[in-house]
Amino acid sequence: MSNFSLNVVGLTKIFGRRLIFKNINLSFNAHEIVGISGPNGSGKSTLVKILAGLLSPTQGNVEHLFNGKKVEMENLHNHVGFVSPYLVLYDEFSAQENIHFFSKIRGINLDQEKLDSLFTKFGLYERKNDLLKTYSSGMKQRVKFIFSMIHKPVIVILDEPTENLDVEGKEKVYEIISELGKQCLILIASNEESDLAICSRIINLKEYKN
Amino acid sequence: MQSYWLYKKDLASEIRTRYAINSLAMFILVTISVILFSIGSETISDYLSGGLFWVVIFFTAMSGLSRAFVSEEERGTALTLQLIASPTTVFSGKLLFNIILVFSMNIVVAFLYNILFESFVIKSHLLFYTGFILGNIGIAISSTIIASIIAKAGSKGTLYPVLSFPILLPLILILIELTKMSMDGTKFEEGIVELSVLLSYNVIMISASYLLFDFIWKD
Repeated sequence: MSNFSLNVVGLTKIFGRRLIFKNINLSFNAHEIVGISGPNGSGKSTLVKILAGLLSPTQGNVEHLFNGKKVEMENLHNHVGFVSPYLVLYDEFSAQENIHFFSKIRGINLDQEKLDSLFTKFGLYERKNDLLKTYSSGMKQRVKFIFSMIHKPVIVILDEPTENLDVEGKEKVYEIISELGKQCLILIASNEESDLAICSRIINLKEYKN
Repeated sequence: MQSYWLYKKDLASEIRTRYAINSLAMFILVTISVILFSIGSETISDYLSGGLFWVVIFFTAMSGLSRAFVSEEERGTALTLQLIASPTTVFSGKLLFNIILVFSMNIVVAFLYNILFESFVIKSHLLFYTGFILGNIGIAISSTIIASIIAKAGSKGTLYPVLSFPILLPLILILIELTKMSMDGTKFEEGIVELSVLLSYNVIMISASYLLFDFIWKD
């Protein structure tokens, strides 16, 4: 069980002259599944990118606390799992090679047994050595889930997690999210009712426009 | 070690996609052929052949070294890299890849030059090779940081040589001077000042690059 918390204080993001959201103050704890909703363009992806340390806020700050200590931005990537439609993996490598290189670059030893069990869980075991460019968009989405989980993150951020997935894929993802939610913090940015139905609370970004 | 794995990933990717190697090889072939055709049967001076040697290297570097970051941005994998590595790891890995690429490319250029240009005769080998090594490292460092800057810009193709020219100019001028001295047979000790300038350039560029990269890479 991880002891992780995420605090957001006075978070504001402005692109040019356009206000995306203003003065967001929130706290998240491990073992929570939180939904982030809002209409298109409300800043869901922007918010999750800021929480993942991929984008800087215009004002305010984000604090990741792991075992009571602040996680430095330099090391944040090793604690965060991230899935989104705009996340692109390397088409010239197989799923197995992608995950292998990612683990080595992260500086962690790849647990092949765990990886194989994830490939099996997502129905990709037979195709794990095929190049990613031969995969369908749904299969690539499944690889992204493996990518987000293999390094045992304490926070998993899912932006439109079920995009491109079929009914069976969605069911599998919800099952895995519920399992993961017992170990870490899960944030789901989505407008899909079924995605938000598994969340314990929902933050609507419409409330942070003024 | 993490940077080494990023380098290995880039190398494996390059071997499969031939993203930079093909364009570099073609550029070397075309520029050297054009120089040879334009010279015809005339003999060019030693100094001119030495200058042209670095001109070929400069433009070849312009055609291929930006790929390290541009290919990641164009394919959309830059975000993936941000999720798996710290900025320092990314820069070190990309720099290592560009150093290997610059050395491979310039060794081929030097080899072809040696065979095809009779006037390109080096008398002081130690001076030339020391300058060559330091010069290649300098080109790789500057090209890598400039590539990271222009990768996020709109007109990458134009911006790269425009930004690179003022940054690489002092390096190229010193390298041309050192090549002239090597052709004259100048002793190694007499080229220490030029070599020190090269070394200082590399130290300044690498320090500035690591300081800047964090800001360039994030937003």
